[in-house]
Amino acid sequence: MSGMNRQGRPTSIANTAHGGTHNTFTGNKALELEEALLFEIDNPGACGVDLDEPEGYTSRLGNLARQGRIGLPSVSEPEVVRHFVRLSSKNYSIDAGLYPLGSCTMKHNPRLNEKMARLPGFGDVHPLQPQKTVQGALELMYELGHWLKELTGMPGVTLSPKAGAHGELCGMMAIRAALIARGEDESRSRVLVPESAHGTNPATAALLGYKVDAIPANAEGRVDLEAFKAKLGPDVAAIMLTNPNTCGLFERDIVEIARAVHEAGAYFYCDGANFNAIVGRVRPGDLGIDAMHINLHKTFSTPHGGGGPGAGPVVFSEALAPFAPLPYVVKEKDGSFRLVESEADAKADGTTPFGRMTAFHGQMGMFTRALSYMLSHGSDGLRQVAEDSVLNANYVLASLKDDLSPSFEGPCMHEALFDDRFLKGTGVETLDFAKAMIDEGYHPMTMYFPLVVHGALLIEPTETESKQSVDLFIATLKDLARAAKSNDKARFTGAPHMAPRRRLDETAAARKPVLKWSPPAPAQAAE
Amino acid sequence: MRYLPLTETDRREMLGVIGVKSVDDLFRDVPESAWRDGLVDLPRRKGELEVERILGRMAGKNVAAGSVPFFVGAGAYRHHVPASVDHLIQRSEFLTSYTPYQPEITQGTLQYLFEFQTMVAMITGMDVANASMYDGSTGCGEAVLMAHRVTKRRKAVLSGSLHPQYAEVVKNLSDFADYELEIMPPALPGKAEDIASRICDKTSCVVIQTPDFFGELHDLRAIAEAAHAKGALLIAVVPEILSLGAVTPPGEMGADIVVGEGQSIGNGLNFGGPYVGLFATREKYVRQMPGRLCGETVDADGNRGFVLTLSTREQHIRREKATSNICTNSGLCCLAFTIHMSLLGEEGYKRLARINHAAASNLADRLAKVPGVEILNRNFFNEFTLRTPKPAVEVVDALADKGVIGGVRASRLLPGVKEVEDLLIVASTEINTEEDRAAYEAALREVL
Repeated sequence: MSGMNRQGRPTSIANTAHGGTHNTFTGNKALELEEALLFEIDNPGACGVDLDEPEGYTSRLGNLARQGRIGLPSVSEPEVVRHFVRLSSKNYSIDAGLYPLGSCTMKHNPRLNEKMARLPGFGDVHPLQPQKTVQGALELMYELGHWLKELTGMPGVTLSPKAGAHGELCGMMAIRAALIARGEDESRSRVLVPESAHGTNPATAALLGYKVDAIPANAEGRVDLEAFKAKLGPDVAAIMLTNPNTCGLFERDIVEIARAVHEAGAYFYCDGANFNAIVGRVRPGDLGIDAMHINLHKTFSTPHGGGGPGAGPVVFSEALAPFAPLPYVVKEKDGSFRLVESEADAKADGTTPFGRMTAFHGQMGMFTRALSYMLSHGSDGLRQVAEDSVLNANYVLASLKDDLSPSFEGPCMHEALFDDRFLKGTGVETLDFAKAMIDEGYHPMTMYFPLVVHGALLIEPTETESKQSVDLFIATLKDLARAAKSNDKARFTGAPHMAPRRRLDETAAARKPVLKWSPPAPAQAAE
Repeated sequence: MRYLPLTETDRREMLGVIGVKSVDDLFRDVPESAWRDGLVDLPRRKGELEVERILGRMAGKNVAAGSVPFFVGAGAYRHHVPASVDHLIQRSEFLTSYTPYQPEITQGTLQYLFEFQTMVAMITGMDVANASMYDGSTGCGEAVLMAHRVTKRRKAVLSGSLHPQYAEVVKNLSDFADYELEIMPPALPGKAEDIASRICDKTSCVVIQTPDFFGELHDLRAIAEAAHAKGALLIAVVPEILSLGAVTPPGEMGADIVVGEGQSIGNGLNFGGPYVGLFATREKYVRQMPGRLCGETVDADGNRGFVLTLSTREQHIRREKATSNICTNSGLCCLAFTIHMSLLGEEGYKRLARINHAAASNLADRLAKVPGVEILNRNFFNEFTLRTPKPAVEVVDALADKGVIGGVRASRLLPGVKEVEDLLIVASTEINTEEDRAAYEAALREVL
């Protein structure tokens, strides 16, 4: 009996105080687990599905039957689940913490919306089923269109664009179609785009063959009205303006800009990426806008999913509405819904669609989520969204005005812009400052954008952050600013230090691109 | 409101810090003419239960594909998606993460994109693939623009058996970007299409789909040779990506760009979206590719890691000189694709393809026995075209009334084309049972 342990295990921490960190054998750090590529855990013979070999059929592949190995890895279900769970642990997410990416609107993604999108009546219906078997799906599209039109005060809508940039393309195509109908397509070849615009704006205009002409910003971070007017002329097709703009400011002269654009015979495209700041409070239709895309994955909280899918419906003014692309949904007198999906249908309907942006009818999965979000908030909740998002951003701006350097006079809208003047002489740059935030447990803000200020730091807290959360964020930035100014470089040089990876060599990645896994070269046989 | 954490007390305190009396003061830059004191004319907020009731009622009006014998394809296919796929893509760290612009804290997304690119390159038989496009149709449009950039020519030729809505997307883009386009007349299975004679020294690319809109498989070797002889590229379009588990991939038949629709793997029907565009090409054209690319590199400690790379092609760097305006793509759908593909693996992917081929082959045998019905295809994968003795619009409708969703009538996508009015495009996948096929045959006999 003498070998019996009668003391149990040690329960005091007294003897563990002097341990230190060290490199582990596995490379893992407790809950932080390294994970190989799928191709490196390939185990021929394993499989994550059970399928029986089919029998008793005639092959109709002719001489096109596939020969040889593809090279796909063989992995069982538990290994697949573990692989992706381990990968997931290397990601930051809005569910885990504040995600202050300016102009990206990283807000809470309600799970109700996920549940609704997975109802078999929405998730398991085919775009080309007979229309009488999808009346509820068409009703949902019609209803979403109604909400978007009411919220923007615009009479026309198309749901088909797949993301924001696709929506921009759609809006600009409608403008070009209207100019063609007016016989002015040849003569109007220039599109005005402010210097502060998202890169997608000039890229979209250029895709349609337009010459992009940059409008400078004034000292207040807004379109320079006089410079803008000087650029207007009979060869201008449109202006592409973001409002609230990418400096987080409302374009005060927007009504005057719209008036001047229309007087010059051009159209007003508004980039709606920042609609979150004004939803339910200001209607773009009341500002004189002709077309605006709405990122459902921003304002209406469909999840960003690590870079998509998004959805970019576009609303249109009276002048552009008839040119909206195919397909679209109409409500019949008997209360049923009909998809107008061909030119012949449209002709009977009295519209002149410019064409088609995509196969099928758009991002239905996003429509369901967005409508679920809208119904949940209602007109009152959406107005509160705008107000709280603007309040949170102004609270950040006011709280940090003496620690960081605000680029422009407030108030801001839903995002606060700072530049790198506060870092002058510290040897710390915007990039270092942003990367140091990672060690503090935050995703960095949007940096070096917009281009109109030096070393930009664009912070959008969104309305779904509590005061407590924003207060801690503010305190953290104050502390980092203090550290930078007091020459405490250790927190910045080479940061992040505690993330799953340190800074990555992007130059090397671009110089000699490795864009896929390749099997290791077979070992040289000894001669 | 359950999603808004600020309380009235918080708001008052915060307004005090800002130094304004009310939130209205923060909106003072809004012009008077657009100022609204009241709410927009829409219903007020609702609790979860009420929202579920409203949307549940709408969903209930639709016939879910899984509830009936279901045979619709034509660019979107119903396959069984393993339970772990939907579970894993709903992990917060994937679902609610942004585009991986901060690689230190998004290695999860970046690594699966790298795995996705590798898998797409493998199955298409190409050198490189990007991190996705919106879907197959928009990817097809981008492929044509890329071919114009590569060849510095301006004219594309589209096969008449390309999915008509893909052709409409390409046409729309070509019209607005002022490029030339020739779309061949609809090419039914069994009828040779002389596309080679349409290629000249102005042609940048030829676009051919396989399996095509009518389900027919194509050997691309001759047309690839004809295109290359004139300095043009061959773009192969594959809307049923599962087919490549059984069929020779376009990359082995001389394609220069392969565009696919990845929905079949890991992604549901979703009434048409979101889907995931696959885009692969030859190494030498990589700098002309649209969309995001993920590449391998090392971090400051020398550990392997992944980053978005070759961004100098993209809009956020190059603005009006970018190869495309695409930004957000199909991240989470790529993840679903990658997880499902991992579960399938080499053997599962190929076997699932064989099961699909067997399902369609058996269905074709059954339906061919129905009096007056003719199968047009010679070689097909999991989809084929029926000629029916009545207009297909009536057949589809009558089948639906009997509880069978029997396919897509070709005239829905090719309105006004006389020769397709009696054609029905029918797909069969692993979801169909022998009972489903028997039900289809019986219903078809009744309605004809």
